[in-house]
Amino acid sequence: MRVNYHELARKILRETPSVRESVTRATLHFDSNRRKAYAEIDTEAWRAWAKGVKEHLLTHLDEYLEQAEERLRANGVQVHWALTAEQARGIVGDLASQYGVRSVVKAKSMLSEETGITPFLESLGIDVFETDLGEYIIQLLREPPSHIVGPAIHRHLDEIRALFHDKLGTPSDADPDSLAKAARTVLRKAFLQADMGISGGNFLVAETGTLALIENEGNIRISTSIPRVHVALVGIEKLLPRWADLAGFLQLTARAATGQRIGTYVSLIQKPGGGQEPDGPEAVHVIFVDNGRSMVLSDPEVWETLRCVRCGACLNVCPVYRQTGGHAYGWVYGGPIGAVLAPGLLGLDSTSALPFASSLCGACYDVCPVKIPIPRLLLTWRRRAASRGLTPGSEAAMMKGYAAVMRHPLLYRTAARAMRKIPGALDNRVIPVIRNWKSLRSGLEASPKSFRELWKEGID
Amino acid sequence: MRVSLFITCLADQFFANAGADAVRLLRSLNVDVDFPPDQTCCGQPAFNAGYWDEARSMARHTLEVFKGAQYIVLPSGSCAAMIRTFYARLFESGSAARRQAEVMAARTFELAEFVVKVLDVDELGRGLEGKTVIYHHGCHALRELNIREEPVRLLRNSGAKLADWEAAEECCGFGGVFSVKLPEVSAAMADRKLDTLPPADFLTSADGGCLLHLSGRMKNRGFELPVRPLASVLWEARREG
Repeated sequence: MRVNYHELARKILRETPSVRESVTRATLHFDSNRRKAYAEIDTEAWRAWAKGVKEHLLTHLDEYLEQAEERLRANGVQVHWALTAEQARGIVGDLASQYGVRSVVKAKSMLSEETGITPFLESLGIDVFETDLGEYIIQLLREPPSHIVGPAIHRHLDEIRALFHDKLGTPSDADPDSLAKAARTVLRKAFLQADMGISGGNFLVAETGTLALIENEGNIRISTSIPRVHVALVGIEKLLPRWADLAGFLQLTARAATGQRIGTYVSLIQKPGGGQEPDGPEAVHVIFVDNGRSMVLSDPEVWETLRCVRCGACLNVCPVYRQTGGHAYGWVYGGPIGAVLAPGLLGLDSTSALPFASSLCGACYDVCPVKIPIPRLLLTWRRRAASRGLTPGSEAAMMKGYAAVMRHPLLYRTAARAMRKIPGALDNRVIPVIRNWKSLRSGLEASPKSFRELWKEGID
Repeated sequence: MRVSLFITCLADQFFANAGADAVRLLRSLNVDVDFPPDQTCCGQPAFNAGYWDEARSMARHTLEVFKGAQYIVLPSGSCAAMIRTFYARLFESGSAARRQAEVMAARTFELAEFVVKVLDVDELGRGLEGKTVIYHHGCHALRELNIREEPVRLLRNSGAKLADWEAAEECCGFGGVFSVKLPEVSAAMADRKLDTLPPADFLTSADGGCLLHLSGRMKNRGFELPVRPLASVLWEARREG
């Protein structure tokens, strides 16, 4: 795989212009709610605190992972370790066969998208139902998520109407409530039949071995309590050191993601059912997934990426993301955080286009609840891409030439004079920079005299 | 007080008159302006594109050209941010070049910021009386240099009415090399700005790059709103008032 962001973005803008409209509308809405929710608290203090907690966690991650494993096991939860996506799939597959699983309900989980759990289980002949409404929609469409929090925001209501009409037989003019109801009817049945529920994990408290899940639809609560087996995929960076840290992170994440003070449902899971606990699955399994994370952690220039809580606030505020949604980024994580996560987790060779998918406006950093310096990280990945020869060769040559001109004032003045003297110099579309500039913009004219000429003549 | 003007390569070639207006404005505020003739480009395009060796060589040249300057003022938030925020990153901490970069950073200002923060001038004149103005916040000025109030205050105090614009603080899609590497996305971003424009007499911004991009897209789509560099607008505020 090699992500061609430019081609994907161009194709989305050209062939499905409604994506731009739907994504812009949805993200403006999310972001305006975020803004209001941030205004209610001393956001700077909260962000600094959250950054500090995650920094501490990441610099002591080995200790906290061991503590988490120990507490989980003591609670009766079984713990697995997956170094790669393939290992994660293997563990889930083994568990499915161990428990004789034929049907799975899934809570929304970016890590399960990242590790490709659903297609893998389907290849084993297991029925898999996404139970988050947005995820259910994109499962029906056979599409990857377009957004970390709102996976189907790139789709217009009319498209969902048509989809449900086609797949579920709802009237072609059904209102949103009826569409949700139709999905609920299908999913209720799936919940009751499922042998296994698979979730991600927003946080996992090392001190107590508590898995925390945030949602608004109630599907996660059901997916993790009705089926016989609950399997949670948890990125190793998702730990929190102390129980006391959780309350702050639950609130800050909800404010950042959707502008809520807290998610409608927060599930705290620390053991299977049985004993004094009448509800809950017979078995709970936590799979800690690395999949590139320890590589990122060991890289002093980019390790801060791992503070991410997957709230999507940086996507919502990003003017680049808004034009295309997440599919242009070619992998499950889109937007600013995707552009720095992908090179870290997948390596730069296949993802070197992504750090350039930004105007470096800096809006992402301003909203990030854990203050990830995304613009700085983008610049770091760009520097690495250029120095490893992953940028176009013509560009490298052009940059050398441009720098040489700028180091020599005489050359600079000569080039500037040539631009004025040569008729149509700025119209010469053989030069890629001019061709690309002029492809969608008109009229580019140099001042009749340069400033330095005016200065020489005297300014009064 | 002495200011060394860093006109920036973009303004040198595309907004020469605005540069002259910046000189007139500063002189009218009793500032001696000089123009070190060997100045070229700050190096930001190379830096943003990942070519740090090239950027470093241009930074070295610029540090040399402006060595000893009391203040360095630029009619651009973006190039000012390159010097103030990013130059230091190009040089090893503790090196002589790093120290030089830090000294230059401390003396570098965007024009409107310099007028308000250093000259302590809030009111230039009343030359914009009756005008409705749209202000586009360049991203580097806004988020790297934290310049939000200064240009707006100067415009308001000159009698201008600032039009409400929901997209005022959103990136226009210029982004330097971004605009030519990803022209379709860049233009779509400009369109979001243009499609939300309120009625006004003209649009202004401290950054020439944004203005070239926005006006280019406007011309392409048949918009007729005039687009003017902030330096010229501020000089008009003073001259006419």
